Amino acid sequence: MISARGVRKRFGRLPVLTGVDLDVAAGSVTAIVGPNASGKTTFNRIILGLVRPDAGEIVFDGARLNGDARYRERIGYMPQIARYPENLTGRDIMAMVREVRRAGTARDEELIESLTLGPVLDTPLRVLSGGTRQRINAALAFLFRADLLILDEPTAGLDPISAGTLKDKIRRERDAGRALIVTSHVLSELDEIADRIAFLLDGMIRYHGTRDELLGATGQPTLERAIAQLMRDGTSPGVDRPGAPGRDADSRRTADGVDTDRGGTP
Amino acid sequence: MRTVLTIVRYELRNVARNRWVLSYALFFLVATELMLRLGGSGPRALLSLLNVVVLLIPLVTIVFGTIYWHGAREFTELLLAQPVQRSSLFHGLFAGLVLPLSAAYLVGVMVPLLLHRAIGAESVDLLLMMLVAGVALTAVFGALAVLIASRVDDRLRALGIALGTWALMTLAWDGLVLWVTVAFAAYPLERPLLAMMFANPVDLARVLLVLRLDVSALMGYTGAVFNQFLGGVTGTVAAVGGLALWALVPGLFALRTFNRRDF
Repeated sequence: MISARGVRKRFGRLPVLTGVDLDVAAGSVTAIVGPNASGKTTFNRIILGLVRPDAGEIVFDGARLNGDARYRERIGYMPQIARYPENLTGRDIMAMVREVRRAGTARDEELIESLTLGPVLDTPLRVLSGGTRQRINAALAFLFRADLLILDEPTAGLDPISAGTLKDKIRRERDAGRALIVTSHVLSELDEIADRIAFLLDGMIRYHGTRDELLGATGQPTLERAIAQLMRDGTSPGVDRPGAPGRDADSRRTADGVDTDRGGTP
Repeated sequence: MRTVLTIVRYELRNVARNRWVLSYALFFLVATELMLRLGGSGPRALLSLLNVVVLLIPLVTIVFGTIYWHGAREFTELLLAQPVQRSSLFHGLFAGLVLPLSAAYLVGVMVPLLLHRAIGAESVDLLLMMLVAGVALTAVFGALAVLIASRVDDRLRALGIALGTWALMTLAWDGLVLWVTVAFAAYPLERPLLAMMFANPVDLARVLLVLRLDVSALMGYTGAVFNQFLGGVTGTVAAVGGLALWALVPGLFALRTFNRRDF
């Protein structure tokens, strides 16, 4: 559904993405993981057209992104921070986004019900708690039955019940054949929902494969430990200093892992 | 276009309930009412209002506009993640800023005037100019606010620049003009002063009003010069055109930034 090739982006003198290649297939949940400031959110924003890449291309369902906004009719986005015009209500926001998208009547209001948003939909957003706004945010992302869902830290700030509801929803949407991209720091949660793991470090995808492949490759029992292992390998001394000896050896080791595991990647 | 209208409609609904905008309307209501009670007849009340208009509208618009634009940042991102062209969103957000502020001004001034039946045949002309000048200043300083906010990401710094811009154009400018006239008194200054007037939208708005009042000498040196030079229709058209440019040029620069930047 999404295919990224050689995506590069630098903010001022700071390189954020230094050549990202990633494929996201329909009917799967791809988790993008990586340390803070590794470029996860930037990559999401490039797919959404919020950030323009310096180089490389994104192909969405066969068509290269070229600045035309219409492909976003097929994307649902749940940003990390939900801040809305404070005098509007959740119902206003949903109506506004619906009109802006010119979406038909085919709406998925399941999350409005299962996240018990009914009672707060007519309350001005400024008086709602952060968690409640995040629930509205989640319901909004799924509202239009988009083919691709991009969820940035979806469970951050949600109570355990809501987080569980959302994860169930993510699984159901995957089973319905949608593509999902999820970023999260809470790796134990990704354990439950992620089919494929893309590990982003120093602006590149250092590992991409299924969850089981990752566990096998690192010899660790859980996703959390496997990622920790990747981070240790990737952030060992020398890697933070570009050009320092040891960096090349390290990245080659990771790259080797990627190559063998890529064999099974469509 | 439909997208722009949708965004404007919801932004209006949001901003119209903003208590700053409501207080702003209330302020004009009270100020006009007071001036009518204390100042008496229509034209004289309008004259007193004039100074409020040329000082307060720029201040409130540029400060509120900068805060509004930064405050809408996350929501802007959410809307840009929808199938929306950036320029449509820009126009929608800009209209959502300028329309409620203009409406607050128009309602605040008009309601007391109508209640007191204070507008005679002789002051319709002046009133009209005052309304035009107020709305034009709102557009100009709204555009400047949006330009500042879209180029400066740091909220405090943007607010500082906005306040500095306001102080320069309303307070410092006349001082500068006066200094120029004194320092270069030996030279013919008409053309330079005229140029300086067009370099400041507040001066232009002031000229628009002064040209109908015949009290130009009271309204600063530039007003007197302008009246002497252009007076009447030509001057009015030139001043309105200058104000339009002052709204368009910063607005277009802001749009360019908005279209190109990363969110």
